[in-house]
Amino acid sequence: MAVTAVSDATTRPVPRLRRLEDERWLALTLLAPTAVLLGLFIAYPFVEGVLLSLTNTRVGVEGGFVGLKNFHKIWDDSIFRTSVWNTFWYTGVTTVFKLALGLWLAILLNRHFRGKALVRAFILLPFIIPTVLSTFAWKWMFDPTFSVLNWTLFQLGIISQRINWLGDPDLAMASIIIVNIWRGVPFFAISLLAGLQTISPELQEAAAIDGARPWQRFWHVTWPLLLPVTMVVVLFSVIQTFADFQLVYVMTGGGPANATHLFATYAYQIGIGTGLLSEGAAISLAMFPFLFLIVVVQLLYIRRVETR
Amino acid sequence: MSKTKRRSVLKLAGGAAVASMGGMAGILATGRAPAYAQQKTVHWLKWVDFVPATDQMFRREMMPAAEKALGIKINLETVNGNDLQPRITASIQSGAGPDLIMSFNSYTHLYSNSVVDVGALAEEVGNREGGLYKYARAICSDGKMFMGMPWAVIGGMIAYRKSWFDEIGATKFPETWEQYREVGKKLKAKGRPIGQTLGHTFGDAPGFTYPFLWSWGGKEVEADGKTVVLNTKETVESVKFMTAFWKEAHDEGGLAWDDTNNNRAFLSQTVSATLNGASIYIESLRRPDQYKTEKGEFLNKDILHAPLPKGPAGQFGFHLLQSNMLMKYSKNQDAAKEFLKYLHTEENYRKFFESQKGFATPCTAKWESDKLWDVDPVMTPYKVAAKLGQAIGFAGPPNAKAQEGLSKYIITDMYAKAVQGMPAEESVKWAESELKKVYTA
Repeated sequence: MAVTAVSDATTRPVPRLRRLEDERWLALTLLAPTAVLLGLFIAYPFVEGVLLSLTNTRVGVEGGFVGLKNFHKIWDDSIFRTSVWNTFWYTGVTTVFKLALGLWLAILLNRHFRGKALVRAFILLPFIIPTVLSTFAWKWMFDPTFSVLNWTLFQLGIISQRINWLGDPDLAMASIIIVNIWRGVPFFAISLLAGLQTISPELQEAAAIDGARPWQRFWHVTWPLLLPVTMVVVLFSVIQTFADFQLVYVMTGGGPANATHLFATYAYQIGIGTGLLSEGAAISLAMFPFLFLIVVVQLLYIRRVETR
Repeated sequence: MSKTKRRSVLKLAGGAAVASMGGMAGILATGRAPAYAQQKTVHWLKWVDFVPATDQMFRREMMPAAEKALGIKINLETVNGNDLQPRITASIQSGAGPDLIMSFNSYTHLYSNSVVDVGALAEEVGNREGGLYKYARAICSDGKMFMGMPWAVIGGMIAYRKSWFDEIGATKFPETWEQYREVGKKLKAKGRPIGQTLGHTFGDAPGFTYPFLWSWGGKEVEADGKTVVLNTKETVESVKFMTAFWKEAHDEGGLAWDDTNNNRAFLSQTVSATLNGASIYIESLRRPDQYKTEKGEFLNKDILHAPLPKGPAGQFGFHLLQSNMLMKYSKNQDAAKEFLKYLHTEENYRKFFESQKGFATPCTAKWESDKLWDVDPVMTPYKVAAKLGQAIGFAGPPNAKAQEGLSKYIITDMYAKAVQGMPAEESVKWAESELKKVYTA
């Protein structure tokens, strides 16, 4: 190999570094920091969580092994079942809207217009602002007494009575969905925009010359090429939304009457609020099979799309 | 940037070496470690007080004085009340953290395995100050030990607008729930409803729903602390009453309120009455020019306080009881105990008490007759808050099970569900089945 020939010709490096010339060692060395980080911050807590969920540990009380008792208990828990349903509903609805709006925005931003760079930067704002901060602003906008949304709708003559955004169970769910969509659209838009820009304009032109109308060009040219990127973005978003905590915690604390509790907020309430660490761990872990299934299906699909 | 010369560095290092040699020689000669190595640090974690003057007084006066008197260093840390629990959990699980941590209500029972008994001090203070209230004893002690040193009760009373009540002919605050409902109906008709949260929030929601339940004769468990007896005629009655009371007299946005919403609603004059600590009144006193009535008068002249009305089974209150837990993992338990003792000397505790201006009610009987309560008649109702209080989990003890029921908001959600349209019988049945899971687990 050329590299070896060159290093042979010059002075020999110290033996320890020569080992890195072997690709296997080099790969191992380069991967080591990531592996350590993943092990320390992902794998270790995960294994600890699994072990914890199989005991009856409370805060300050070392528990014994109880098998699947915690899982049995939460299965029987109506608030847990509500949380499961809420999480699916929340994730499903927000993902559809984030994808549709994100794609629409990406296509718009992919055109040429004045001030394009500025608009693209502004689009990212909801994503950049710390969630807790922006959620507090939304909480004020949905405030039962001082809602600026209600005020505006009232002034425009659209409503005569104020809307109880966070106090009505359905509206509370709708409110947190709206905020999640608002926060998530920029991520979709910018990622899909990046995907769009890798598609060669020549393909569009060729299709146009062949007489394809805009919708046909999108459906038969752009969409298939964008699909792998879209799938990855959706995957990321689903994982994040499924495990969402701060947004709901700040807006409603899971209320009114558990109407907005998600896996994470309920796990926190049980694990920290009630001190039942093992049961909280079990609730968090109950997310895992669902997420695992979603991830596997999506990864398989991505693979199929990519090898097509 | 100024350049450091090699020579000056050498000089400095030489000086330091000489100094340390002298220090070492001194230590060897006397056989004692230098004072700074001996000094202990006591770390006290408490909530950010709703009365800012108290925290200021602690930082500027009492902590420096305590450091001087006890020869220890004190590290006072304040966090938002809602953040105490995550901090306690993290500290206990990692075995390191503050030596003294403020507890809210039954945290004491929840963390009883991780704290040191402070019974000797609690009894000493109780005996000296006319007896410890039953409420404080129930929350801080399990009968064998004191898991927390009772500190104070943040009383919850209804703050109401005197002139608005007068306008509809209620010159005295209603004594029973029925009377309150009638008054509330008239107030809401004038666009001045009662404000009450039924949301997931630690203070004002359970502070209302538990006493409301008790006053109708409902209770979570029997005195054995095991048999769940929530689903009774009395509880169903209370839920039915609440549903109608809510529609007729309340601000229906309350389902989403946290502990701060009612303060804002009252101060901006959209509600006529609300259950609260004295923070609304204290805020209106602090900034009189900002809060004025529709007639242009000072709002603070139009606020009065009253306890929650009576029901068929009596009159109750559930207030935030604060205590200080001495943590088992602490390496400075003796110093921390000394510090607690210092805080509870009459002279020092009085400084705290007076800085609160009635916001906090002490846990011993002696303070009930203190002249502070005569200074401002608006604050007088708070003097009996700790005396009238009853703990969660009634008629059983306020133990970890009761706390689990509280942090799952089962009682609060029982009312919230009914208010949202679930039949009373069904919401009570739901709450009872949830409580049973808690108590039989």
